[in-house]
Amino acid sequence: MPVLIDLAIIITKIIAFTFLVVLPLVPLSVYFERRFSAIIQDRVGPNRVGIPLTLLGFKKDFHLWGLIQPIADGLKLFLKEDFTPAHVRKTFYWLAPALTVVPALITVCVIPFGPEITLFGRTEKLVIADIDIGPLFIFAISSLTVYGITLAGWSSNSKFPFIGGVRSTAQMISYEICLGLSVIPVLLYFGDLNLNNIVRQQAENGWLLLPFWKNGSLALPSLQTALFLIPAFIAFLIFTISIFAETNRMPFDLPECETELVGGYHTEYSSMKFAMFFMGEYAAMVIGSALIITLFLGGWSAGFGLDQYISNFAIGDFKFGGFIHLGIFLTKLLAFILFFILVRWTVPRFRYDQLMKLGWVIFFEAALINVFLAALIIAAPELTAAILIVGLILLAIVTAAVIWVAKISEPPAKVLRA
Amino acid sequence: MSTIKLTRPKLDAGEKIYFGALIKGFFLTLSHAVTSLRGKSIGAKGLNSTGLGVTMQYPETKWDDHMPEYYRGAPALVTDEQGRERCVSCQLCEFICPPKAIKIIPAEIPSDDRWAKVEKRPLAFDIDMIRCIYCGMCEEVCPEQAIYLRKDYAITGLTRADMVHDKKKLYEIGGVRIGLVNKWNELK
Repeated sequence: MPVLIDLAIIITKIIAFTFLVVLPLVPLSVYFERRFSAIIQDRVGPNRVGIPLTLLGFKKDFHLWGLIQPIADGLKLFLKEDFTPAHVRKTFYWLAPALTVVPALITVCVIPFGPEITLFGRTEKLVIADIDIGPLFIFAISSLTVYGITLAGWSSNSKFPFIGGVRSTAQMISYEICLGLSVIPVLLYFGDLNLNNIVRQQAENGWLLLPFWKNGSLALPSLQTALFLIPAFIAFLIFTISIFAETNRMPFDLPECETELVGGYHTEYSSMKFAMFFMGEYAAMVIGSALIITLFLGGWSAGFGLDQYISNFAIGDFKFGGFIHLGIFLTKLLAFILFFILVRWTVPRFRYDQLMKLGWVIFFEAALINVFLAALIIAAPELTAAILIVGLILLAIVTAAVIWVAKISEPPAKVLRA
Repeated sequence: MSTIKLTRPKLDAGEKIYFGALIKGFFLTLSHAVTSLRGKSIGAKGLNSTGLGVTMQYPETKWDDHMPEYYRGAPALVTDEQGRERCVSCQLCEFICPPKAIKIIPAEIPSDDRWAKVEKRPLAFDIDMIRCIYCGMCEEVCPEQAIYLRKDYAITGLTRADMVHDKKKLYEIGGVRIGLVNKWNELK
């Protein structure tokens, strides 16, 4: 019997988190994307589709600020003709959309949505799989997304999708390196790969980028923590920008840039297959922001030493503090998604050589030096002054060398003719 | 052929790092978002904006008071101040109409009528508003100044038949037009 109950709980968690938390976030972020971009550009955006009360005989529709728009869009995509061109390679053409959505949804399972809730004497963590290799699992699975895009580009058997697929392969493989390297200082700092434990540490000792409390009361950070803010911030920058590249979002959306490639890798797709690419892209964006929040901005923690207090909320036997943490997590997630959108409508697209240069020449080296710097700061209390100074000098030499190499490898400015 | 040689502009360190421009860009877009949310976007007032941005919410707010005098909307028939229909069924408009939207069936005015000396009036006068291109040639050609382009622009219908304006509808849109042609007026 206990096995059955465990199974039921696991299935409930999978359904609740994947289909009731993350998947609804996808249409919601599409709505926010359209609305926020409209507001930025002095427009209105979708504000009409709501509850059609006039169909039921009422005088006026309730517009609900257009929140039903994504459902209408989805319905439209469902009802469109699912057209498969004659020249495609059918197996891979059909496989590709699934391969972009599925990895994005699998990675949900290690994201900690909250600490735990207690009901009927059982304590359950608000995470589907509380495994000790959280970030590694996410990197491993989310890299598979590239297969979907590459296969889509190749199997479409036409030129623009193929270029899109090739671009995205090169881009995602390049930025995976920066992604992995930039997160190493964070993992060194926490000494743990379990995302839930990482968040718990942040709840107690201050978020990685905001370490202003300790053990439940406001306090200034120690010298080591304060110094670690530098590598933490560099890691945050590189990680966030790499996530942008990984999710093919705006400054790096070369695989699907409409102005050059029609629609990129999904040019030949229509109806729900196209919608699945769309969904996979936004789901990847949601998971990416969830990961950034979990690693750098305290995950479900409310901060300022309030977490212990919130966790203890209870009605009788039912400790529901976890749900409040879930709400905090979702609020942070939405805020970060809004930041994603703001970036998309602010920053113009990079040229492809600039993109590659940014990934390989700047971020790769910066992440490596950052690992060195972070290790030095973490190990500093155990090191003698002499070794510390030698380390610092080495770091300075390596940094200077990298900058020098980057500088001389830059081709001289060309003379343009007009 | 002359060539102009250009060099790429030299970027200083701050411009090369790129983050300064990025943050400036964030401030620009965010300031647009804030002014747009406050309903104070540039030009919002002049464009009859309803709150967000500069967009006018069309069916609720309309542009009618901004319409110029010479606006060319739906063509319509007018009556004069005595209630006589001005149209004498000369069919010039039917003839000139480029998309052939107008169809007139002329009829004689019975001799016991007050306006018997006018001789003709339209029995039926149909304008197919699907065909009409709002060119205003009918207005220009009409010797009796009986047809005018009014300011109605939202001509809608659920069927093709709905979109054909018959005589009744045309007089309903047109109404009365005072003055101008007075040759049929016995008082003058």
